[in-house]
Amino acid sequence: MPGKTPLPVMPARQLQPSVPLVALDYLWFQVAGTVCNLRCAHCFISCAPDNHNFWFLDLETVRNYLEQSKAWGVKEYYFTGGEPFMNRDLLPMLEEALFLGPASVLTNGTLLPEKTVRRLAEIDASSGFSLELRVSIDGPTAESNDAIRGTGCFDRAMEGIQRLVAHGLMPILTAAQLWDPAQDLEVLDQFTDALRKVGYDRPRIKILPTLRLGREAARTRGYSDGELVTRAMMEGYEVTQLLCSTGRVVSDRGVHVCPILLEEPDALLGATLEEADRPHTLSSRACYTCWLHGAICTNYGGIGQEL
Amino acid sequence: MLYATSEQAYSRVAVFGGVYANHRALRAAIEDARLRGAEAIFCLGDLGAFGPSPNRVFPLLIESGVHSIRGNYDESISRGLEDCQCGYTDPRDNHFARLSYRYTFANTSQRWRDWMGRLPAGRRIRLGSSRLLMSHGSPRRTNEFLWESTTPSHFLEKLCDDHDADVILATHTGIPWARRLSGDRLFANVGAIGRPANDGSPAVCYAMLWADGGAVDVESIPLHYDHEALAMEMKAERLPEEFIETILTGWWTTCNEILPMKERRRGRY
Ligand code: SF4
Ligand code: SF4
Ligand SMILES: [Fe+2]
Repeated sequence: MPGKTPLPVMPARQLQPSVPLVALDYLWFQVAGTVCNLRCAHCFISCAPDNHNFWFLDLETVRNYLEQSKAWGVKEYYFTGGEPFMNRDLLPMLEEALFLGPASVLTNGTLLPEKTVRRLAEIDASSGFSLELRVSIDGPTAESNDAIRGTGCFDRAMEGIQRLVAHGLMPILTAAQLWDPAQDLEVLDQFTDALRKVGYDRPRIKILPTLRLGREAARTRGYSDGELVTRAMMEGYEVTQLLCSTGRVVSDRGVHVCPILLEEPDALLGATLEEADRPHTLSSRACYTCWLHGAICTNYGGIGQEL
Repeated sequence: MLYATSEQAYSRVAVFGGVYANHRALRAAIEDARLRGAEAIFCLGDLGAFGPSPNRVFPLLIESGVHSIRGNYDESISRGLEDCQCGYTDPRDNHFARLSYRYTFANTSQRWRDWMGRLPAGRRIRLGSSRLLMSHGSPRRTNEFLWESTTPSHFLEKLCDDHDADVILATHTGIPWARRLSGDRLFANVGAIGRPANDGSPAVCYAMLWADGGAVDVESIPLHYDHEALAMEMKAERLPEEFIETILTGWWTTCNEILPMKERRRGRY
């Protein structure tokens, strides 16, 4: 039975803090594994058409975890990849998730033909829960975005957004902060204009920090030695700001601590939610980014300059 | 959390949240609740914010015997914290939250800050034979947002189990909704009386709950009050035009980024 995890007793020599699963609020599904139709230069799990490291989840597996999730009181379901729309069962998965609670899809927006969007709108209309579509675009112009995501991606993702909006959905444009943070407001304005041009008059925008893992580490730099979460840094820190204290992610291998550390061996916690209910040591340097910015992966976290 | 517990059994109570310094709606709600036969009136917190002259609501609450718990705003103001802990994440939302926090902080006297600091974080009462638990955001977190479109029933069932309650009440979001759970249990977000519910009507709302023998029932009561007079006071206090527009039109002009898709779509902005 799900229950409260007692605070872990830390061995004296362990330097990194350990984070318990305080409550399983967010259940993620790595529905497309590491398979993606794009090959973005900043992808922190290096997804690509030929990256079969993690494979697609099937409907039966998702259904099984959805069923398990009820006893845990899971609040929100997230569908990610790779590119979730490459999974041909994504729509029925969403339908089943939305029967239980709110669902969010993290997509690159390039695989949203009319037929798919019409189905999404129907699925949304048939549920009282919110269906959130988070469309990743990393620059407000074709030039800035496509340098990272590939030629033509800006236009294709904008067309995807246009179709979603035309069907009454309200996607959240999600951008990795690849520009100088001092330009946040300017970039936000440019995004807003670009979205208005495709008919989105109440644009929703979320800005995320980059995670210096995978291809992003090669593109810019990896984490430095000082960028590590220490036990002292956790004193007085609200631990539920970290996704690993409130969420888990399901892949074709089992249940991992968070979607960020998918590839790290010690992030795979077990085969069931029950087995994944144990503390995790923040030994990855990516934890530093979480520590700085809080629950960046959920719909309402994010960064952005104060007005 | 520190709860106030009362063993007294009620059969009909009125509950509201989110006063937001709207002393006019507060007065109207108290009168309306009495006319409708409420034996007791409860408040789920967030006494200041948004509205004008925050000191005015406290004497009203005390004179009328309203039993209040503490919201995130009350906690921040009473402890002199940096911000309202509203849980906003968007820069524009935070900008307006900050304006209203600074104003409220500067205009709440020490006496009422201390008073808010002594409020309990939650309250348990009996309604008929049901165990009712009042919270601000949720029983587990003062600033948790429980919106209708992002709160699964199994989550609420677990909340009732974990907190030994048959009925759980919350506010903090400003939009009322209710859901019947297994075994006749119930969750209700009572909405707010300080600000309209983003539905295009200037009316605000509170909840009436009663137990006629069996399970607890709830009704969300729309409340009309002199919102134009409130808007005039807000102008005189030089509060942001955006806030005044909300009071007059019923549409939220700020703090929309925190809304889930379905709640956002129903609004205008
Ligand atoms: S960042 Fe997203 S869209 Fe780009 S390669 Fe990675 S998974 Fe695919
Ligand atoms: S990367 Fe973030 S969510 Fe994952 S274990 Fe580290 S701190 Fe937790
Ligand atoms: Fe609140």
